[in-house]
Formats: sequence, C-alpha cells, structure tokens
Amino acid sequence: MATTATTGLPEHHVAHHFDSAQQEFDSNKMGMWLFLASEIMMFGALFVGALIFHTLHPAAFNEGSQHLDWRMGTINTFFLLTSGLTMGLAVIAAQSGRQGAVRLNLVLSILFASGFLVVKFIEYKLKIHHGTLPGRLWHGEGFHDPYVHVFYGLYFVMTGLHGLHVLIGMGLMTWCLIFRASSVQFNRKYFTPVELVALYWALVDLIWVFLFPLLYLIG
Amino acid sequence: MIAHVTNNINYLKAKRGFMSWLVTVDHKRIGVMYLASILCFFILGGSFAFMFRLELWSPLKEFLTPDQYNQFFTLHGVIMVFLVVVPGIPAALGNFIVPLQLGAKDLAFPKLNLTSLYLYWLGAIIALYSLVAGHADQGWTMYAPYSLSRNPAVLWMMIAAFFLGFSSILTGLNFLVTIHNMRAPGMTFFRMPLFLWSMYATAIMQIFATPVLAITLVLLLLENFFGIGIFDPALGGDPILMQHFFWFYSHPAVYIIVVPGFGITSELITAFSKKDIFGYNFVAYSSVAIAIIGFVVWGHHMFVAGQSELADFLFSFLTFFTAIPSAIKVFNWTATLYKGSIELKTPMLYALQFLFNFTIGGLTGIILSILSVDIHLHDTYFVVSHFHYVAMGSTMIAFIGGIHYWWPKMTGKMYNEFWGRAAAILVFVGFNVTFFVQLVMGSQGSPRRYYHYMNEFQIYHQISTIGVIILATGLFMALFNLLASLKFGATAPKNPWGARTLEWEEADSPPVLYNFTKTPVVTHGPYAFDTEKA
Repeated sequence: MATTATTGLPEHHVAHHFDSAQQEFDSNKMGMWLFLASEIMMFGALFVGALIFHTLHPAAFNEGSQHLDWRMGTINTFFLLTSGLTMGLAVIAAQSGRQGAVRLNLVLSILFASGFLVVKFIEYKLKIHHGTLPGRLWHGEGFHDPYVHVFYGLYFVMTGLHGLHVLIGMGLMTWCLIFRASSVQFNRKYFTPVELVALYWALVDLIWVFLFPLLYLIG
Repeated sequence: MIAHVTNNINYLKAKRGFMSWLVTVDHKRIGVMYLASILCFFILGGSFAFMFRLELWSPLKEFLTPDQYNQFFTLHGVIMVFLVVVPGIPAALGNFIVPLQLGAKDLAFPKLNLTSLYLYWLGAIIALYSLVAGHADQGWTMYAPYSLSRNPAVLWMMIAAFFLGFSSILTGLNFLVTIHNMRAPGMTFFRMPLFLWSMYATAIMQIFATPVLAITLVLLLLENFFGIGIFDPALGGDPILMQHFFWFYSHPAVYIIVVPGFGITSELITAFSKKDIFGYNFVAYSSVAIAIIGFVVWGHHMFVAGQSELADFLFSFLTFFTAIPSAIKVFNWTATLYKGSIELKTPMLYALQFLFNFTIGGLTGIILSILSVDIHLHDTYFVVSHFHYVAMGSTMIAFIGGIHYWWPKMTGKMYNEFWGRAAAILVFVGFNVTFFVQLVMGSQGSPRRYYHYMNEFQIYHQISTIGVIILATGLFMALFNLLASLKFGATAPKNPWGARTLEWEEADSPPVLYNFTKTPVVTHGPYAFDTEKA
C-alpha cells in the first residue's frame, strides 16, 4: 500500500466500480450537488409558505417578527459565515495536502457551528418561556393579532429544520476529522470528503442568509 | 485484483445465503429484491380493489360496511401509488438494467442504493402498520383538514410516505449521476437506449418534486401535533396551500409513474419489430420535455378547489402542452412498427396494449384539462378511469411487459410463451372491460368514492366488476407462468430476442457479478438492426 513520506498516511483507493479517480470524484461531486438541489426544493416550499402567510396575514407576520431579537440573529449570522470561511480554508488545505491545517480548520468550523447552536438554544428557551411555541405551551400573551402563532409556527419549523441541518453538518465534519483526516492522505487528486462537506455547509450557510432577514428583519 | 477472481460466476451464485442478499450492494440483487417486494404490494393493493369492486356489484351492502369501503379505497390508493407504481419500474427494472445498458459495473453509489431499498422497506412496514393502527379513510391525497384529525392510522401513513419519498429521491439521484458519469467507452448520450433517457427524465422529477412532498408531510405532522396553523383553516392556515404543495409533487409523480413505461415500450417495440426507432431524438427529448412541462401543470387538479380563475385558465392552457411530447411518442412508436418484422412475443403484446391504453389514457387527460368540461367531470368515475388507463393500463402493463422481456436476463430462464401470451390477452380484455365502462358512467355524472350509487349505474358497475375478475385471472396467470419458469423453464440464451443493446449483446444471462467480463466498447446505436454485427 502506497504511503506518502510527509505524513505516513495511505493514499486513497478508487472504489471497485469506478474506472478512475476522476470518474469517482465527478460522480461524488455531482451526487452532492443533486442532493443540495433537492434540499433547496424542500426549503423552497417553506419559503413559499412563509410568503403566502405574509400575504394573508401581514400584520401577524410583522408583530411576530418584532418579538424576535435581531441581535441574537446577527451573532448567529457571524458564527455561521465564519464557519463557512474555515470550511473553505479546509478545502484549500486538503487540496495542497496540509493535513494539519485541514484538521485545525475542521475543529474551528465545528466550534463556530456549536456557537450557533448554543445561541439558538438560548433563543428557543426564551421563546418557549414566553409561550410562543405553538401547541400546548402557547399562551400568546401580549400579542394583538390572532394569527401570530402561525408566524411562530413557521419560525420554529424553518429554524428547527435549519438547526437540524447544522447538527448534521457538525456530524459530517466530525466524521471527516476523525475517520478521514487522520487515516487517508489528502492531496490535489483526493480531497473529496472535505470538498463535499464544505459544499453541504455552504448550503446551510446560504439558507440562513435568507432565513435571517425573512424572520428577524422584515417587519 | 479481487474483482477478477469472482467475476466469472453469475450474480445469483457469486455469494450464497440469506445474509448475502441483505447486505449486498450489487445493483442486480437490489433490483430483484425490489421487484419481489413491489409485486407483493401489487397483489395486496390489488386485492383491496378486488374486494371493493365486488362490493359495488349492487348499490346495497354486499359484505363491506361504508366505513370499510372508505378504508379499502384509501389503502388501495396509498399502496398502489406509494409502494407500487411510483417506485415500480425505476426501482425494480431500472436498478437491474441501467448499469447493464450503460456498460457500467454498478450504479455510482451502490451503498446508497441499498440504503434506498431499506428506506423502502421501512416505509412499507410503517404503511402496513398503519393498516392496523386505526381507520385511514382520508383518501390517498391526505387533504387538510381530513388529515388533521390526529388519527393514528393517517399519521403513520404520512410517516411511511415520507420515508418512501426519500427512497425515491436516492434512486433518482443515483441514476442521474450514473448516466452522466458511468457510460462505457463509445456510449454517447445519443447512443443510449431510450429506456435510459426515460430513467433520466424520471430522475429529474424524483429529485426536484419529491422534497416538496417530504416537507408537506412534515408540516402536516407538525400541524397535527402542534397546531402551527399553516394548513388548518380553523387556526388561520390555508388548506388550498396544502393542495398546491401536494400536487406540486403529485402531478410530476404521475409522470414519474408513466415516463419509465415509455422507456420500456421503446425497447420492446424496437426489439420485436427488428427496426430502428423512428425519430430517436424526438422520442428521447420528449421524455425530458414531459418532465419539465410536468412541473407547471399541477393546478389542473384544483379547478374546483377555489383557486383563482386566472390560475385555472393558465393551468388548463399549460396542461394542453403535455399532449405534444406524448403524441410525438405514440406517433413515433406507430411509425416504428410500420414495415417492421413484427414478432408477437409476450412482451410485444404488452407493448401494443400500452399503445392502445395510453392513447385512451392520454386523450381522456386532454378532455379533463379543458376547464369547462372538467368542472362537469371532476370527481367522477371518468377521472378514476383516466388515471387507471395511465397508471395501470400504461405503466403497469409496460412494467409487466418489461418483466417478461428482461426475465431471461434476470433469472437465466425462459418462461412459457403460450401461457405468457394467453395471460397478456386476458389482461388486455379484463383491463378494458373494467375501466372503459367507467368512462361512460363518469361522463353521465356518477361520482367516485360513493358507497351507495344510483340504480341506473348498476349495469356499468357490474360490467366493471366482471372485468376485474378477468383482469385478476390474467395477472395471476402471468405471475404463475413466470414463477413456474424458475423450476421448469428452459435455460435462457445470452440474447433470446436478438436485441442490440448492451445487456443482451455483451452480458451473460444471468450476468456475472460485475456485469461484464471486460468493459464493453460501444460501436453502434441501440437499435442498429440494419447494420452487421461487429
């Protein structure tokens, strides 16, 4: 088994059903892009739902939006965009075979992503405490419009689904860190896992970039 | 290399034991497991239909209560749509045939392929559980507010549909990547068999439409548990929005159902006319055109649901366009038959049935897309008959034809041609007797899903019930004929039909573990019956 002199890690082997490393890379990358396309369709439906609701009950949408804390949203935007940068740096490091830099950037990305989830958790806790989670815990005190719960329904569904994607992204980064970055040599021919996780993470970033103004700033 | 050691034994014998099937990543075995599962559900879904058809023999009670009748048509719909026709051809035959026709060793993502099979089984088990979890009587469309009653059977059914949707997305994704990246040397896009073009078009719809169904089901579940108020009118939500979301998936789903049938028909008609397809490019592009147009016509399911008149008008207008690529196909298949040396083997009998039934299914679709006519025909037996002409009369017929066509490749055995043909004729007669009268009955205004109907419709219901008995006989005859071939059938040669696509010319029957002993090089088009063999 071929190993490299610098790190002593083995080179990647092409899976049996592919003819070349290039074919394997192209297939994996295209698969990820198609998956992301399906994710966009899924979130797209939610955005359409929010748009329709905004048209049906604009006053409820505005009132609900004003009760969200834009400062927390801003901090989270900072966390996510920075983690996007470190994931990009991880890809560049993988392409040039700097295994240590890959690991460092993955750790940083995981940390920023956890920062996002911590803030989100605090926000959820406050909101639930204030009785804005639709369902049994809803009491709607202090709201004038009768349909504010629909805004919060959309808020919890959209940010919840996005948060789930953040959690999955962290899982993928951890997998990349533990099982790939320390057991196989990345180089300009093989950096697929880091590249694909970064692609996925870019979409998670992008969705937040649209969610943040939609929920926190419009209104 | 390990690959060469085991690559001279056929895939059925390469590994042994029950576990070797459960953990396999071989696309051929996964295809076979899908086929077996889908046929089981076809029998289950069919038996619900058989029973409520018997119940409809008279307007009074035969042996089902009205409540049971509602459950039976719901279960028939859910099982047939989500477990049979939507996964159907791509998951069972596509899995087996796509890499073989491309000249590839496997699909691009073999483990993902196995994952999609397990998601299908998970969805199927949950769907079966929902049968006993309570009374699901909301119909397969799960409209709000019928689906917002916290009925456990309905909730489980939604969860099942969610997993089945994911299974479908993964299959589509796998096919699209495989067709793009795994073609054998010389296999250009325009040398691909038309079955692959239809799989390609289907995959586009699976990837882009199914996620919308997934999120709609999630929202319905959350609406049930939390009352978030997006679909429930009592909470300020919009039930019409739910219908829009549902049909944004479910109209393309109709094409997910029928486009694979187009692909099979193209293979069968060329192979048994020994003639190149008439207008290859048009047949190939028309599949993709149907996939794209299919995304902008969903509103024609909602002409009487309260959407705006402008939307009604636009959706009606756009729906007419689906007729163009569909008609191109029918004309081109017919032109392919012209002066061909036609062999009426069993698969060809199914392909010809497809042409007949799909023409009726397609033309009744045009009638229904006319706004003023649809308002009269909406929710009548005319609609029921229309989509059965497409989903059963076209898709399932093509599926059964495809099973017969590729059976020798999958199993290495030849079925009995006499019984195969007899079954095909019974199926044709049975299907048309069952559903043609429903067009007549529907045009006279008989509403669908009614337990008690007016006496004047009894004769139509009775003809339809007789038809379903003939149909069931034919289907079971076909099934027993195929199963009997496993034990008594003659050994299949490599290319029993003299077809020119890779799975017949280059792969053994059944194929070896990695499909081909050496990577095939493609030097001619898929239907080059005029040129000499290389």
